[in-house]
Amino acid sequence: MVELSSNLLLAAFFIYIFATIAFSITIYYENSKSVNKTKRWGWISFGLACAGFLAQLGYFVTRWIAAGHAPVSNMFEYTTFLGLTIIFAFLILYLIYKKPVLGIFSMPVGIVIIAYASVFPSEVTPLIPALQTYWLHIHVITTAIGQGILGVGFIAGLIYLIRVVDQSKRSKQTFWLEAVIYSVTCAVAIAITVGVFSLNNYSVTFNWINEWEMEAQLEYELPAIVGPYEGELITADQNRFGPLLETPSWMNGVESPRKLNTFFWSILSGSILYLLLRFILRRRIAAAIQPILKNVSPQLFDEVSYRSIIIGFPVFTLGGLIFAMIWAQIAWTRFWGWDPKEVWALITFLFYAAYLHLRLSRGWHGEKSAWLLVIGFGIIMFNLLFINLVIAGLHSYA
Amino acid sequence: MNNLSCSCGQQNPQGTDLCGGCGKPLVASENQQVLNMRYEGAARRSQTYNKTIVDQIWNFFSSVKVGIWIIVILLLASSLGTILPQEMYIPPAVNPAEYYQDQYGFLGQVYYELGFHNLYQSWWYLLLMAALTVSLIIASVDRFFPLYRSLKHQRVHKHINFMKKQRLVSETQLDKTANTEKWLNSLKGKKYNVRTDGTSILAEKGRFARWGPYVNHIGLIIFLIGGMLRFFPGMFVDHHLWVREGDTEVIPGTNGEYYLENHQFIVELYDENDELFQTAIDRAGGVVVKTYQTNVTLYQRNDDGPVGSQRDLQEVDSYQIRVNDPFKFDGFGLYQVDYKLHELNKMMFTVENDETGEMIGEFTVDLFYPEQQYDLPNDYYVKLQDYLPDYYLNNDGIPSTKSRIPDNPAFIFEVNSPNQEKKEVSFLTIGRNFDPTNENVYSIRLSDLETKHVSALIVRKDYTLPILVIGGFIFMIGLVQGSYWTHRRIWIQEENGKVMMAGHTNKNWYAFKREMAEVAKEAELEQPVDRTEDK
Repeated sequence: MVELSSNLLLAAFFIYIFATIAFSITIYYENSKSVNKTKRWGWISFGLACAGFLAQLGYFVTRWIAAGHAPVSNMFEYTTFLGLTIIFAFLILYLIYKKPVLGIFSMPVGIVIIAYASVFPSEVTPLIPALQTYWLHIHVITTAIGQGILGVGFIAGLIYLIRVVDQSKRSKQTFWLEAVIYSVTCAVAIAITVGVFSLNNYSVTFNWINEWEMEAQLEYELPAIVGPYEGELITADQNRFGPLLETPSWMNGVESPRKLNTFFWSILSGSILYLLLRFILRRRIAAAIQPILKNVSPQLFDEVSYRSIIIGFPVFTLGGLIFAMIWAQIAWTRFWGWDPKEVWALITFLFYAAYLHLRLSRGWHGEKSAWLLVIGFGIIMFNLLFINLVIAGLHSYA
Repeated sequence: MNNLSCSCGQQNPQGTDLCGGCGKPLVASENQQVLNMRYEGAARRSQTYNKTIVDQIWNFFSSVKVGIWIIVILLLASSLGTILPQEMYIPPAVNPAEYYQDQYGFLGQVYYELGFHNLYQSWWYLLLMAALTVSLIIASVDRFFPLYRSLKHQRVHKHINFMKKQRLVSETQLDKTANTEKWLNSLKGKKYNVRTDGTSILAEKGRFARWGPYVNHIGLIIFLIGGMLRFFPGMFVDHHLWVREGDTEVIPGTNGEYYLENHQFIVELYDENDELFQTAIDRAGGVVVKTYQTNVTLYQRNDDGPVGSQRDLQEVDSYQIRVNDPFKFDGFGLYQVDYKLHELNKMMFTVENDETGEMIGEFTVDLFYPEQQYDLPNDYYVKLQDYLPDYYLNNDGIPSTKSRIPDNPAFIFEVNSPNQEKKEVSFLTIGRNFDPTNENVYSIRLSDLETKHVSALIVRKDYTLPILVIGGFIFMIGLVQGSYWTHRRIWIQEENGKVMMAGHTNKNWYAFKREMAEVAKEAELEQPVDRTEDK
């Protein structure tokens, strides 16, 4: 069953890639104004996206059956599920606005997030007592759907920015836009890097003192640029590469040296990939994408982004704060305990609340509003990836 | 203050932008390209008075700009508190001042000095919360009532300038008489509520979405007030309760009314050889906990007996407390939070004559209720001179105890034998038997020990929860109401053979424009034009 489940995820992954290609073809026909072909390819792309979604849903259901609990209980499972919810949110917004451009951006973001999940250990994990309740399913699934919809808001904002930012000269806008694209390349590159090394079954193991002050072994699937604090290579791996650096002692997240090492690798491989792209395209990546978007109405994408936020914000609030508080009351005796992950959920909530007020009352439309959504998604990703790196809070399950 | 009178005869209070009757733009709005429709152009208190100190405070807090600043400051402050762990998450026994400096160096010291180790309980953070609450109340009151009145009393027929200056407008020249019936049907087809006045039409739907923000603000206000009630005594009970297996303890916070007996504490691990979880369990070092459970019985004290009599406990209920499954009784909740396995409970010792090898006797020390003297056979006895449950050498090098929990017990025994005048003193710690004079004949040895599991529970009672639940519920309803519905209005009116159609919505203009275009098509009117779009 677990194997079937993994195969379905792999299938979904490839179908998403095909769907992206199909959306690109649709855009091509749309830009060359052939109405019938645009319509036909629009439906083919949408159908492929749905098929991929169903395959991944199949992965989700079969893994749920195999494990006996919803596969949202560790970083691998949560991250793949976030990819699924982004695709889901995209499908909803596609049905409202029918814009294939949204597809050629949303599908890759979903793909990258699912690929990025492969950085985390992917085995089925048993549930510790605090997780053994149906609130796990209710809280995590709702939160992920909320974040997925907010994510599509970010994607629409990004489309808006690539469309409107003036690429004829250097500016703060062009710089930050490249920075956003660079982060995406880092995610792509690390997924590829992890894939390459795992195909070769590379591993290197350290003896170290873990975050609970216990002696343990830590296995890296990538060559060690940065080793554990005061860690030592096990005897069998003495002649392996590294480590060049040591993890600072204040990084107390679960297995943070391995995560930090992965982070270094993503910067390294991401930079190589990005520079390679720049070298091939001979201009800013955003400038290279811009012509594809020439027929996109900025006003429309301003609205798509805003609409995603008003759909996603209540869902996120319900899952990430309200259900979270109910569960925290049951499992940890208090609905709110200022755990870092809780605080960052609150920060996400406050941030989008500020966004909505700025938009409604201060007239922050268009570019300002789109930049806010970039920051907002940055906060979500920060809470997902970085909080677990540095702090061993109550939410560190992987 | 003088009222603003409109050409339609309506008297409007000072501060009005759009006439409350016909919608004609008054002085301030006359030059706008597209009318600012917020709050229907009605006068708000904050825009009208600015004389007294009350006015100024009101105006300050009613401003959305101020509200946003409060949110942003709160957001930044909250993030500061996650840079280093809060005091509640550092080891409980350490001195915070030293801990932050030792662990995090200069940054830690500054963090501690600034009080950021307790940021969320600091006076200024609570003040920000209070400011947010005040802002929510004032900003909502300031806007809700004018908006409510305007929408309730809005007239169907609008001034021509109101129509012309809407964002979506269509103008149609009529060559025959107006077909009002057709217009009405096309609007009703889109589920609009329609009102007419002569040939003028006002079509409206989703007005209730406009109350969403106010409903969710009310929910938030209730929630925040509920949170503040916690500071009143009696609203909130929070105690730790450690119970050893086999013991019955009074439950703190119940005024001695309830007692709890711990029958057994169970820790269950996942099977290391479980096929499905094998890899994950190996990665975790072979140990993943499956269950923490305390089997308990609850007793209530019978108050009928005379004062000071043996406590008379009546069994009330039994329960298996687990993580995620607290035991609830009489408004209290008992939660499984912690445990300690194999805590030392009793120690057995033997006394031997080292010269003859003769065994003198055995005795058992209850580490929680030690006796002063232990009698052995043949008139031997051992006196317990001193007992240190958690032994350590303090700064002056003197043996002391850290607590009364027997984590590292040490004893000073005095052996008295009928054959000897001299009393022999022995000092015992775990793994060590120390003879201060080196002349002892009798030696004491640890022969056996007994341990027990201890379960830690939290006793909780929280009277603020119902208020928080109500607040949270209202908040969610308001949020959904304001987000998932939109308020849309279309006006159609005819004058001198020209039909004017104008539309307004509070959000999602693109989708509204599409709908309005469909209405126009069906009603055989010109397509609406978005007047904000670049030509």
